[in-house]
Amino acid sequence: MKLKQLEGLLGDLDQFSSPNIDLEQYPTGPHIASRLLFMAENTYGDISGKVVADFGCGCGTLGIAAALLGAEYVIGVDIDSNSLEIAAQNAEDLELDINLVWCDIKSLTWRDGIVDTVVMNPPFGTRKKGADLDFLSMGLKVASQAVYSLHKTTTREHVRRTALREFNAKSADVLCELRFDVPQLYKFHKKKEVDVAVDLWRFVPQS
Amino acid sequence: MRLLTHNMLSSNIKGVSNGFPLRLEVEKFIEKEVEFNADFLRNMFPKIEWKALVDAAKTLGYADLPEEADPSLLDSDDFLKKYHHALLELHVEEGVLICPETGRKFPVNKGVPNMLLHEDEGFWRL
Ligand SMILES: C[S@@+](CC[C@H](N)C(=O)[O-])C[C@H]1O[C@@H](n2cnc3c(N)ncnc32)[C@H](O)[C@@H]1O
Repeated sequence: MKLKQLEGLLGDLDQFSSPNIDLEQYPTGPHIASRLLFMAENTYGDISGKVVADFGCGCGTLGIAAALLGAEYVIGVDIDSNSLEIAAQNAEDLELDINLVWCDIKSLTWRDGIVDTVVMNPPFGTRKKGADLDFLSMGLKVASQAVYSLHKTTTREHVRRTALREFNAKSADVLCELRFDVPQLYKFHKKKEVDVAVDLWRFVPQS
Repeated sequence: MRLLTHNMLSSNIKGVSNGFPLRLEVEKFIEKEVEFNADFLRNMFPKIEWKALVDAAKTLGYADLPEEADPSLLDSDDFLKKYHHALLELHVEEGVLICPETGRKFPVNKGVPNMLLHEDEGFWRL
């Protein structure tokens, strides 16, 4: 599938109808989502034929992109059942089989070795400090091949150090820096959205 | 919920030492055809808990898998077809997963297992 075609399909997905601010519910736009998965597939071979988990899948954008690029088995996890229903509908509209699990990422007890690759756009921890690192920690426990994730550029060194020292990652690389439109979370904010600099990371777990 | 997912999930209840496999009770299931990929099946084979797969498939009325399987079977097309069907083509739509130690039930609705816990009952790995 061509990049433009993937981006187009992702642009047609339904997204959060009434986002829950505490859960940092906003979608990864089609531009970023398509590039993230395209790079994972074409540069690293981490998607096609693999078992791919989408942590905090929301309405399913990243997991669906993985399925469109040939992932053999996609498992989306979210703490919010309304989002999971939208994700199921999005997958069905594209005639894709996506597996969904309703769970808090912090209490996953999956058997090791089944999941190859984790993709995620975690909560940045604006509402709950450290939320993105909780996701990353679990991602590195579950994945046997690679974890793709987005984190604020301002936290780059902290993310790198934590991944390598505390979460025992074998490598942690920033693949590119992106601009991300994040909805403002408080009423007193004047603008509806802010443009945040975000890093796209690839982490490799210890084998 | 397909049986590969069932083969991966385990009970996340606090204090449970062996929460795998979750017992399965099924009210409704469906079958959907999936493209056959022998390489994927061969890759997955060493990672699968075979007995859990056999038992779960039986709960769904599919009893064609051998009780025991070793890698030499992966050369047999007939075996691969059955293994493919059990692992990827059976979907539990409505039912419950049951923690083998505590009996805590995790409902499966519209194909989605609900593994969400109350704050005080969970096994928080983080
Ligand atoms: C920034 S959104 C990303 C949504 C989607 N992955 C996408 O890329 O469009 C973060 C998602 O994480 C979910 N979430 C937040 N905290 C969670 C937790 N502790 N466990 C599981 N999911 C969580 C939210 O419900 C939300 O869907």
